[in-house]
Amino acid sequence: MADGTMTRSFTIRFKGADRPVTCDESQKVLIAMEQAFPDSRLQPVRVGCRQGGCGACRVKVTKGDYTTAKMSRAHVTEAEQAQGYALACRIYPQSDMEIESAFLGPRRAPKGQN
Amino acid sequence: MSQEGLLRPGIAQIRVLDMDEAITHYVERIGLDMVGKGEDGRVYLKGYDEFHHHSVVLREADTAGIDFFAFKADSQQSVDAFRKRIEAYGLEVDDVPAGEQPGTGARIGFTVPSGHRIELFAHMDLSDQAPDTRNPYIWKSEPRGMRAQRMDHCLLYGPNIDKVEEFFTQVLDFHLPERVDLPDGTLAIWMTVSNKAHDIAFVNHPEPGKLHHLAFFLENWNDIGHAADLMSRYDISRDVGPTRHGITRGQTIYFFDPSGNRNEVFAGGYTAYKDHPVRVWDHNNVGRGIFYYERQLNDAFLSVVT
Ligand code: FES
Ligand SMILES: [Fe+2]
Repeated sequence: MADGTMTRSFTIRFKGADRPVTCDESQKVLIAMEQAFPDSRLQPVRVGCRQGGCGACRVKVTKGDYTTAKMSRAHVTEAEQAQGYALACRIYPQSDMEIESAFLGPRRAPKGQN
Repeated sequence: MSQEGLLRPGIAQIRVLDMDEAITHYVERIGLDMVGKGEDGRVYLKGYDEFHHHSVVLREADTAGIDFFAFKADSQQSVDAFRKRIEAYGLEVDDVPAGEQPGTGARIGFTVPSGHRIELFAHMDLSDQAPDTRNPYIWKSEPRGMRAQRMDHCLLYGPNIDKVEEFFTQVLDFHLPERVDLPDGTLAIWMTVSNKAHDIAFVNHPEPGKLHHLAFFLENWNDIGHAADLMSRYDISRDVGPTRHGITRGQTIYFFDPSGNRNEVFAGGYTAYKDHPVRVWDHNNVGRGIFYYERQLNDAFLSVVT
């Protein structure tokens, strides 16, 4: 980036949404989506914990670059992450992006614990 | 008859994705005291008004959720007697040796039909940060953050809720102050081993072993407001509230820790005696039962768990 003090912002297109969402590179994609669609009935991605634990915001990124913070492996395995699956509350855009919901519902058996 | 057998919730062990973020949340924001850190990295916490060594254990892992919830018994003889009854009911019981957690005696563990691990233990050392008992002040030093007095209860999600009710009431001697019965079966049960409105609750859910929330007790509605002030100041992810539950009548906020585990701050709640009748809610009124002011469930209540 030429100017280190400028915040870059990008256009995120969600499948099923009637308009694109603007998201800063320092902003989580899910939070930008919530701000753009305050009415939860119109949100193209589900909102849950906003903290990478519950899987409500699981998405598939079909286009664009992003960085990822820690996500629960119960919802996105390493292999799935490599295929573009992510939790929208844990990703920051690095380019314009195209995203679709990939919510799995309460289906997965928990991983072995203890 | 005075209370005997199991006394109260004793330990909740919670998985977190990032320990440093979790410590900031549970210690600085919720206001638990840090008791210590084990060699395996687990972190031990207690509320300022709790007498014993710890009540919350954080374990760093790559998934969020709950490892186990433990109840403290009045004696080892009670634990031994429960073991026989649990095995006779048909659940497998395993042993956790004394010292597996600091200051904590031997524990027994078993998996209930909802897929959750429950443990029982008789001994835990008193904390050297315990509240005073001779001519006490209300606290030794002023409480921090949301001023959580104690770990209070949890709500767990999993299948086979009828079996869970049978096991807790018939084998572990809990009683059941409140329930939600839908036309196709029981949705949720609130159970207590004391005379708090609930010590543990379950909601019927297809996926086993899930955590809906872990709750911390605050003194009053004013402290619930103060907790909400802190949530805005520190950008804590809030789910619902401040509001009230019709069920238990507790005043509440649901919010999330930095790993997505739901927490609750809870104040009030009625007193539940064993000889009181069960309060029953039906599908037309369950919204008011869960969120008394909104009078409707939000989507997240039934689907967002860790
Ligand atoms: S909202 Fe829970 S994982 Fe993103
Ligand atoms: Fe609760």
